[in-house]
Amino acid sequence: MLIVRVVFQRIIAALPTLIIVSILAFGLQKILPGDPLLTLAEDDRDPAVLEALREKYHLNDPLAVQYIYWVKQVVRGDLGSSLRTDSPVSELIVQKLPVTLQLSALAMLIALFVGLPLGIIAAVRKGTITEAAVNVVALSGMSVPNFWLGILLIFVVAVQWRLLPASGYVPMSEDFFMALKTLIMPAVVLAAPIAAYLMRHTRSAMLEALNADYVRTARAKGVPAAAVILRHALRNALVPIVTLVTLLFGELMAGAVLTEQIFSIPGFGKLMVDAVFTRDYAVVQGVVLCVAAGFIAMNLLADVLYVVVNPRLRHA
Amino acid sequence: MSVHAAMEVATVEKRRSRTWGKFRRNRIAMFGATLVAFFVVVATLAPILAPYDPLLTNFMAVRQAPSAAWWIGTDELGRDILSRMLFGARASMLAGVVSVTIAMLIGVPLGLLAGYFGGWIDAGISRLTDALLAIPFLILAIALSAFLGPSLSNAMIAIGISVAPRFVRITRGQALTVSAEDYVQSARALGASDSRIIVRHILPNVMAPLIVQATITIASAIIAEASLSFLGLGLQPPDPSWGAMLSIGKSFMVQAPWMSIFPGLAIFLVVLGFNLLGDGVRDALDPRQDT
Repeated sequence: MLIVRVVFQRIIAALPTLIIVSILAFGLQKILPGDPLLTLAEDDRDPAVLEALREKYHLNDPLAVQYIYWVKQVVRGDLGSSLRTDSPVSELIVQKLPVTLQLSALAMLIALFVGLPLGIIAAVRKGTITEAAVNVVALSGMSVPNFWLGILLIFVVAVQWRLLPASGYVPMSEDFFMALKTLIMPAVVLAAPIAAYLMRHTRSAMLEALNADYVRTARAKGVPAAAVILRHALRNALVPIVTLVTLLFGELMAGAVLTEQIFSIPGFGKLMVDAVFTRDYAVVQGVVLCVAAGFIAMNLLADVLYVVVNPRLRHA
Repeated sequence: MSVHAAMEVATVEKRRSRTWGKFRRNRIAMFGATLVAFFVVVATLAPILAPYDPLLTNFMAVRQAPSAAWWIGTDELGRDILSRMLFGARASMLAGVVSVTIAMLIGVPLGLLAGYFGGWIDAGISRLTDALLAIPFLILAIALSAFLGPSLSNAMIAIGISVAPRFVRITRGQALTVSAEDYVQSARALGASDSRIIVRHILPNVMAPLIVQATITIASAIIAEASLSFLGLGLQPPDPSWGAMLSIGKSFMVQAPWMSIFPGLAIFLVVLGFNLLGDGVRDALDPRQDT
């Protein structure tokens, strides 16, 4: 029952982090210039009304008490309402999140298909021109600004070749192939740095595995080279890669912000940027809180997966 | 100087020249260093090199294609793109260096304190670091600069705060290891004060990984600044920044592709330069690769 223990331990360990994140998110709202009440009260500047509102929103209480009220609200799933549209922030997030998750999943798939094989090749061909070439490609993937890559792809693939739509979003439930067509370019853009990370980590994990005793033993007893690489070395090298994939969640979310902006995809990232520009702080705060909670959850998952895929720990 | 001290200086010198030698032989790293040097020179000499005033509009020459008069064309207001890019290099390089300096000024002392003293100081600093690292760096930077207001200096502060946790983490880990070393223990036994131990013994041993991290973080800070100014949260128009040029160029991609191709290429090359340089420095400083 090691897994249960690990999950339990990690949840306990994650709690202080989550609490500090919530304090930071709460603090963001408090350092804002201006009195939010004046917006709420609109033209009604009657001191009695303002005082009543202050009482209602607990603004007369000490900050710590205000924070407790706010946390109680958040735990109930109430992240406040958008200052612009008045719709609940949680509803907006629930609406936009699936779009970004689809995009991220597709991007991760592409990154795995590119990053893993390239990483293996670079490790196997260590010290050759191939390794150097793969390294440069990976570093280029990490260095290319994703908004530039997106603009170039739109220009070449959509405008010049007319192969794919330039931007927009179609839900998968409506038209699966059209949805895929609109998602493929943004997913490639989002995948570029992720593929680069995966490639570099696969390469170093493979290098380590290829130097291990069991690989030498396998070679010595005459196991074919391909089998040594795939069955002996890769299997062990994949252990850290599996956890890395979960940890790249944050990278995907950050990349989605600009990618969605360029391809006009109505996801999580675009929600945040639009909120930034309309000074809709409640939404910005909600998005930050959600992403951080998601990241902490993915960390938890990474720890659990590490135990699951690592037999040495499982039987300990 | 005692014989022992002289020998110590000699070893340090030897190690330094070996690191430099290893770095120089690494052609890819040298290419990165050349790219970085090129952009540093360009940013410094922008006023001399620029053929036109970067803010000078010319409505007779709007969106001109690259030619002998405008080497990489003009923008939607007839401004020379080359001149704007030369001056834009300043915003990018400045943002990269200043935000990483801010991050180090916050991160290194906190990391040293956490790693050296341990206990509740470490627990507090580490939890705060974990919390900040849970918010993806670019998202934190966007949120912070939204709250601070759009300008280049606010963007640099936002980026600096957002990347500071990386420096806390690296410094703390390194300080933790070094604190357990024999020479630190003996310094303490000899009665050296905490601050002397931290500055004289721990900080120098933390430097190598910090230099590598700083180089690579400049690369991400430059991309972050370009991203913020692409979104309109960085340097404000009409002052030129590569991110903002791309953002306008995007609307004219079909009629004037040069407006987006070149600023993007510049961001890509300078970031690639810092990444290659960082990789090379890491390999050169890594004692495990010495044979």
